[in-house]
Amino acid sequence: MGKLDGKVAVITGAASGMGRASAIRFAREGAAVIVTDLNEEGGSGTVAECKTLGGKAVFQRVDVSSEADIKGAVDRAVKEFGRLDIMFNNAGLGGATGPLEKVTRENWDRTMAILLGAVFLGIKYSVPELRKVGGGSIISTSSVGGLRGSGYLAAYCAAKAAVINLTQSAAIEYGHDHIRVNCICPGGVNTPLIYAGSKGGYEEAEKNMARMQPIPRAGRPEDIANMALFLASDEAEWITGTAMVVDGGMNTGNARFRLSNLANAGFSGPSYTRGS
Amino acid sequence: MGKLDGKVAVITGAASGIGRASAIRFAGEGAAVVIADLNSEGGEAAVRDCKEHGGRAVFQKTDVASEPEVKGLVDRAVKEFGRLDVIFNNAGLGGAVGTIEEITGDNWDRTLAILLKSVFLGMKYSVPEMRKLGGGSIISTASVAGLAGGRGPHAYSAAKAAVVNLTRSVALEVGKDRIRVNCICPGGINTPLIYNRLPGGRQVGEQFLAQLQAIPRAGHAEDIAAMALFLASDDSEWVTGQAMVVDGGLTAGGRLFGQDQQQRPTIPGGFAGPSFEKN
Ligand SMILES: NC(=O)c1ccc[n+]([C@@H]2O[C@H](COP(=O)([O-])OP(=O)(O)OC[C@H]3O[C@@H](n4cnc5c(N)ncnc54)[C@H](O)[C@@H]3O)[C@@H](O)[C@H]2O)c1
Ligand SMILES: NC(=O)c1ccc[n+]([C@@H]2O[C@H](COP(=O)([O-])OP(=O)(O)OC[C@H]3O[C@@H](n4cnc5c(N)ncnc54)[C@H](O)[C@@H]3O)[C@@H](O)[C@H]2O)c1
Repeated sequence: MGKLDGKVAVITGAASGMGRASAIRFAREGAAVIVTDLNEEGGSGTVAECKTLGGKAVFQRVDVSSEADIKGAVDRAVKEFGRLDIMFNNAGLGGATGPLEKVTRENWDRTMAILLGAVFLGIKYSVPELRKVGGGSIISTSSVGGLRGSGYLAAYCAAKAAVINLTQSAAIEYGHDHIRVNCICPGGVNTPLIYAGSKGGYEEAEKNMARMQPIPRAGRPEDIANMALFLASDEAEWITGTAMVVDGGMNTGNARFRLSNLANAGFSGPSYTRGS
Repeated sequence: MGKLDGKVAVITGAASGIGRASAIRFAGEGAAVVIADLNSEGGEAAVRDCKEHGGRAVFQKTDVASEPEVKGLVDRAVKEFGRLDVIFNNAGLGGAVGTIEEITGDNWDRTLAILLKSVFLGMKYSVPEMRKLGGGSIISTASVAGLAGGRGPHAYSAAKAAVVNLTRSVALEVGKDRIRVNCICPGGINTPLIYNRLPGGRQVGEQFLAQLQAIPRAGHAEDIAAMALFLASDDSEWVTGQAMVVDGGLTAGGRLFGQDQQQRPTIPGGFAGPSFEKN
């Protein structure tokens, strides 16, 4: 009865935030989930929660910037549950921040390895397994930061933009095999990535983030998990190569302009008729 | 247990194709559906389909280009089922075809009225009803033809691009009321819109459309209905202002190096070095 009955999924960055919410959602819908993360404690917590809800899950410690670890995660899925249907490349962090002239080459490279190299590896090692089962779904977490630039976050934005384009290229390459490749571009979602270590914590972020987009509330990890579930399920059988934006409308346009002087209904005539 | 339990939806162009598949899907998920179309026979048949899937549905004959008729449609939803949660502005046709010199002003206006004004009217009259409920979902069918040139007739392409941007513009305005506004950009879907014009009909459409995009099968009305259901349901509570592409990979990119989609590229693995190193 679940939307993912019989399917096996690997999710990276599943100890926290969106990855965790997705693991729980996928497990509730009948998938067996390989919960992977650097953070073992958080990962075990996710596994426990999946099981409480009657789902199947195991934890595998993975550093997504390691080729051997990603390969190991895919191997684990096959060894543990016999197949792989869904690969969700989601792990992430802010990475190199600050003025570009101060960003070190090393921090740039680390950011690319974790945010972009990991997605390449996830695609590389999942494709052969997905092909064996006649198709599957690869999902990656990009960001609205991948749709346009942002000051002081250049490495992150560049990596996330590259994830979108990599998604498109892979979609074109593997459509033949009925392997779908899509990514999700979240807006401001209130996860530990945002609030951990900040002064006001979760509550303060919740308030501030409610004002960042037309829909007046912060994004929740579950909003992203809902989209991931849709893309993972057979409902999205004909969807590939897309960047699905889930951002409460943040990236839709400039709301401030709309409010400037157009509040009254009517018709704005040629300017020469409007002189005072 | 359905994803749309207790919700009321209006779907235009629901006598056929994408609209009809969506009506059946919505009804199966617990929604009460008002089926709107010019085509009464198809509309009544869609009502029967919905009922067979255990849902509630009524037909309202509607020309989506007519303001009183779209208003009447929203009124019917409220009168019949007490509320309006979802409107799916989906009715459509090819409209004015031919070169830019051949298209008549009248045919241009008719096309824009049916494909664009209708969406404006659907939004205009549904927003007040949704606001009463504390939110709702407005969905419109745009097209991949609205995202770039060359994927449809001129007037059609212009109207669909306008639907995409109207979606964004209105999303900004009504987000505060928790009304979400999104559209869907289908690729080549094998519906009567396509296959009624093809010699050989549905089967030929299936073969022809299978070759257009990365995933080697034609799009089906159900593929779009699945996205419409996602957008109608609370699963997309934080999704607004979007043009959701459902096209089997058609717009993911081109064949930069001229690879034929039907032929496996034989580019070997390796590393392309600086050009001066080659032979
Ligand atoms: N929160 C937002 O507003 C937002 C917006 C857009 C995109 N994103 C993206 O969403 C994804 C999930 O982020 P989140 O918001 O849930 O944050 P999060 O910090 O709650 O979760 C990210 C997880 O990734 C793990 N991780 C980090 N580096 C890793 C590595 N090298 N190997 C394995 N695991 C690693 C972390 O341990 C953590 O558990 C990230 O890719 C992030 O860039 C977040
Ligand atoms: N089929 C495709 O490949 C494709 C691709 C992109 C977008 N679309 C869009 O999808 C939507 C649905 O099309 P479809 O493919 O299901 O075609 P369809 O012909 O099967 O269904 C369209 C329905 O709209 C109705 N309609 C047309 N004009 C109307 C009017 N003035 N008032 C009320 N109803 C009217 C028709 O009677 C028909 O029942 C359209 O907006 C179309 O432009 C279709």
